[in-house]
Amino acid sequence: MRALFRRILAFCSVISVLVPAAVWAAGEKAAMLVVVADTRRVTSDIGKYFADLYNTNMWLFAVWAVVLTAGYGVFLGFSMDIIMSRTGLDLKSRKIIEH
Amino acid sequence: MEHSFWYLHMPIAGVEIFWPGLVLIGFSVGTIGGFFGMGGAWMVTPGLNILGFPMAFAIGTDIAHIAGKSMISTMRHSKFGNVDYKLGFVMLFGTMFGIEIGAQMIMWLERLGKVGPIVRWVYVGFLAMISFMVFYDYYKADQAKKAGRISGDKGAEGITWYKALHKINIPPMVHFKTAGFTCSAWLPIGVSFITGILAGFLGIGGGLLRMPALVYLIGCPTHIAVGTDLFEVMISGLYGAFTYTLKGRIELVAVFVMLTGAAIGAQIGTVATKYAKGYGIRIAFGCAVVACMVSIILKQYGIDVMAAVVILGAISALCVYIVSIMFKGAAAELRDKKERERAAAAFQN
Repeated sequence: MRALFRRILAFCSVISVLVPAAVWAAGEKAAMLVVVADTRRVTSDIGKYFADLYNTNMWLFAVWAVVLTAGYGVFLGFSMDIIMSRTGLDLKSRKIIEH
Repeated sequence: MEHSFWYLHMPIAGVEIFWPGLVLIGFSVGTIGGFFGMGGAWMVTPGLNILGFPMAFAIGTDIAHIAGKSMISTMRHSKFGNVDYKLGFVMLFGTMFGIEIGAQMIMWLERLGKVGPIVRWVYVGFLAMISFMVFYDYYKADQAKKAGRISGDKGAEGITWYKALHKINIPPMVHFKTAGFTCSAWLPIGVSFITGILAGFLGIGGGLLRMPALVYLIGCPTHIAVGTDLFEVMISGLYGAFTYTLKGRIELVAVFVMLTGAAIGAQIGTVATKYAKGYGIRIAFGCAVVACMVSIILKQYGIDVMAAVVILGAISALCVYIVSIMFKGAAAELRDKKERERAAAAFQN
């Protein structure tokens, strides 16, 4: 039974990688509209790079968006952890009281 | 101060945005999301829209921000031991398949040209059901407490549907150590599948449905339901961020500005769960669900301004409530700690 469960899990993993494109295809139909980033008003080099990337290579821009969002989230999580640890609060245990 | 100092140019959306507003939205949703264990798209999207983002950009930016914010909250909840990763991974499969089916149903309704009103009323129906369940559960638990009917380590309980569902004996039976129960693996898969269908159908992240489902149907303690749900929101949010970016509907600058506010809010919301009782979280969650429901009804009748007022009012009230729990609890904890240290020092002398 465990082997069967493992097989089902493996099958689900593969499907969950392959199927989602169809899931999100059901979203709104705004993709018909072409949006172009206005690079004329961007002054910084980094900003210009990303604005250009948005206009030329959306796939790479999407990868950057996810990596940067996750990376910034982790960075903020660790930074806040350092700050919170200085408050003197016990941040590793809690009692669960339901009522 | 110069006018331009307060406004940030968004190169992709092509709009000037009042950036302190973005920080404030991030902070509020970080606080509320960290406390309830949900993404909070229903709060962010109208907020971004009010600040001046076109709706399509508001949705994409919102999803990316939710992914980052949930990551921060999950990290904090994980340290408290509030995240059952095993349960989260098992549920992920059901959620993915469910969302697919829900999305297909939406496409079918879209072809029939009936998608708008049907989705909205189904949404309202479910929100009404969830809020009724939360308040009825509280009423029952309160009655049980008064009558002295306290069972196990969970204390007085109201709705205990999960007890009947745990009796389902279809193998494999899995023990979820952090959540503290054993059940058939098909229970969390089935529940997440159904909540996934609804999430896909309603076009939402699903935290609003999954959190109560984790509590009432799967039997998670409230705190663990909050942490585990945030883990799910984080994964689906990252995926959503990728697909919305491919559609070109994301404003990365806004995401980062909001995340900065959310980092502080997420700490407050998450740490506040330490000082809140499970039923306190459930009741506040019920209030949030009611606010969401009222705003959708108002939107359905075209009263958009009032809908925004309801949403923003609810966000402010919930934020004040959560921040006050956090600061009162933290002050009491630090006071106790100081007293213990003083007593220990006096004992040594």
